[in-house]
Amino acid sequence: MRAFQILIDGFAISALYALGATGFTLIFGVSGVLNLSHGAIMVAAAVAAWAAASVLNVGTYAGALIGVGVALLTAFATYFAVVKPIQDSRRIPNEEKEIFVLTGTLLWGIMIQELIAYFFTNNAKTVLPIVEGVVEILGVRTPKNEIFTAIVCCLVIALLWLLVNRTRTGKAVLAASMNPRGVTLLGLELTNIYIVVWAIYGILAGIAGVLLGMFLGVSSYSVGPLTASAFSIVVLGGLGSVSGSLIAAFVVGYLETLTAYLVSPAYRTIPALLLLVFVMYIRPQGLLGRR
Amino acid sequence: MNKALSGALRSAFGMAATGALLAASSPALAADPLRIGVIAEAQAIAGASIPQAAQLAADEINAAGGVDGRKIEIIGYDNHSSSADSVRAFQRAVNEDKVNAVIASYISEVVLALEPWAARLKTPFVTPGAASNEISKSVHADYEKNKYTFHGYLTSAALALSVCDGAKDLLVDKLHMKSAVIMSEDAAWTKPLDIGYEECLPKIGLKVLDHIRFSPDTTDFTPIFNKIEGAKPDVIITGISHVGVQPTVQWKNQQVPIPMFGISSQATNETFGKDTNQAAEGVLYQGVSGPGVAVTPKSVPFAENFRKKFGNYPSYAGYTAYDEVYYIADAVKRAGSTDADKLVDALEKTDWEGTIGRVQFYGKDDPFTHSIKYGKGLITGLMLQWQDGKQSAVWPKDVAKVDIKFPSFIKLSN
Repeated sequence: MRAFQILIDGFAISALYALGATGFTLIFGVSGVLNLSHGAIMVAAAVAAWAAASVLNVGTYAGALIGVGVALLTAFATYFAVVKPIQDSRRIPNEEKEIFVLTGTLLWGIMIQELIAYFFTNNAKTVLPIVEGVVEILGVRTPKNEIFTAIVCCLVIALLWLLVNRTRTGKAVLAASMNPRGVTLLGLELTNIYIVVWAIYGILAGIAGVLLGMFLGVSSYSVGPLTASAFSIVVLGGLGSVSGSLIAAFVVGYLETLTAYLVSPAYRTIPALLLLVFVMYIRPQGLLGRR
Repeated sequence: MNKALSGALRSAFGMAATGALLAASSPALAADPLRIGVIAEAQAIAGASIPQAAQLAADEINAAGGVDGRKIEIIGYDNHSSSADSVRAFQRAVNEDKVNAVIASYISEVVLALEPWAARLKTPFVTPGAASNEISKSVHADYEKNKYTFHGYLTSAALALSVCDGAKDLLVDKLHMKSAVIMSEDAAWTKPLDIGYEECLPKIGLKVLDHIRFSPDTTDFTPIFNKIEGAKPDVIITGISHVGVQPTVQWKNQQVPIPMFGISSQATNETFGKDTNQAAEGVLYQGVSGPGVAVTPKSVPFAENFRKKFGNYPSYAGYTAYDEVYYIADAVKRAGSTDADKLVDALEKTDWEGTIGRVQFYGKDDPFTHSIKYGKGLITGLMLQWQDGKQSAVWPKDVAKVDIKFPSFIKLSN
């Protein structure tokens, strides 16, 4: 009974982690950007969905769409206002650009966080679930929304796989992640590929944010922990490796759930972080990392 | 030393001396305003009401002529829920803005950080919303030093008593409940609260089956509710303030069949219903006041005026902050001075009917020196319940408007 409970709960949370981390690792793989405003974009999506549905009363579906839209806009704003100017700058030496992008996106994330706290307070908000009620699975009373969350996450990740492997645009993205120079030599504009990747990222982060808002709820305080959890999942899986991130998301998700059920909810995140440190020692490139 | 430098030094000393003279003479001016510094968490719902309520009280007092002809001036500082920011704000309030008294914060950790500064800077300081027993225990332990601090809200010990008094009537006598699990967040204010719960729950006939403390960063409450359900209690007794929306929403989404009853500070906010998408339905929480509840004749007019001005009902700390401005003004009037020690003496003799009841402070020899007195005829607190999207008083009988009722997923065991 408890085993089933852990299995079901762990799956939903892991799927959500996977979705959140996929976009994060995609951006890194293609453009070498570690976007530390990731958590802020997810929270912005959830808070926007909440505000649209609960304050402006536009309905659950429209609210969720608005949330994803806000994440898409914020992702573009991150790229055009923060990341691109740093990448294009002639005054910042190339070898320092990564650090500048890290600092820039971190500060950008804090700005978004403070704006959310200013306009919507730092109290947690929850997005109205698209499906309500509970069902019994193997004797475990499971909210339907939890199943919905898991299904949406898996579908979106499958769609992403199709997009990357089966479409022309996707193949260009994949090529850019392998060899950006080669892609430009083939006559493809790298900036266009970046814009596509940031669009995909914005949508993924938006869906993850809205689902998280339905499943657990978010507040402006969630920004830091969300960025940190995506970051550690991606590092554990291997920076830039999408399949590595997927595996790492399930490892972290289940490890956290096991700890919460079998040890104490208070120590939830500790074993996953210890594992991260351990993996860094024996395999610094992460589980499936290429470099 | 060359001449130019010594001249500059001399004129600097001269200016400092003039400044000191000016500062020393200024309190004597009759029209000089009575300055109250308000340090609060502007981004948190509970904290945001504090400066607003204080300003409302000041405006009312000023409109009625002020305190012996002196206007009250509220000087606000946002502390971003941080102790360090609060300490800097306190220093600035006293040293630069020359406040006569400070009202600050609903967070115990912040108030405990400010208490030594009230002592060092000899400035009367009242908290409208923190609960830790340690605040008033420190005053008792070193009275001469810490006497500047006043605890304008119930201590955790008193909160536990209030919850138990309510639980006896509502849960034990009416619904014949027999067992409980305590669920509280790990914070300074819940340590004494939990001790209070452990002590008073068995006395009223609720056996404590388990006691779960969790980190305030917790986001997934499924394992906690799962563990609680496993213990099969009749009720969950809560001690939550930093969290509130998330456990409540997950309680509803997972249809945990056990009612929640106790301290849930976020539930005292009017916005809680919207923040949780009405998952709050059925949540029972302790409060010192509530919309539409006439604890005293002042409660309802205050809440309505607040709403007219700021668009929402005040949080619990709004009620207490409003009262605090009034009884500080009253103390200044009685003391005939803003001298800190005289003001402390006058505040100790406070007997003020405010919005939350009759405010008096425990004396030097009581263990909770300078905390507001709990009890019948003074302040007893209320139990309220979220019903049909609104907060309704359900206890005590003289203010209760409705009976308790629960959403359909709650299965009462008796």
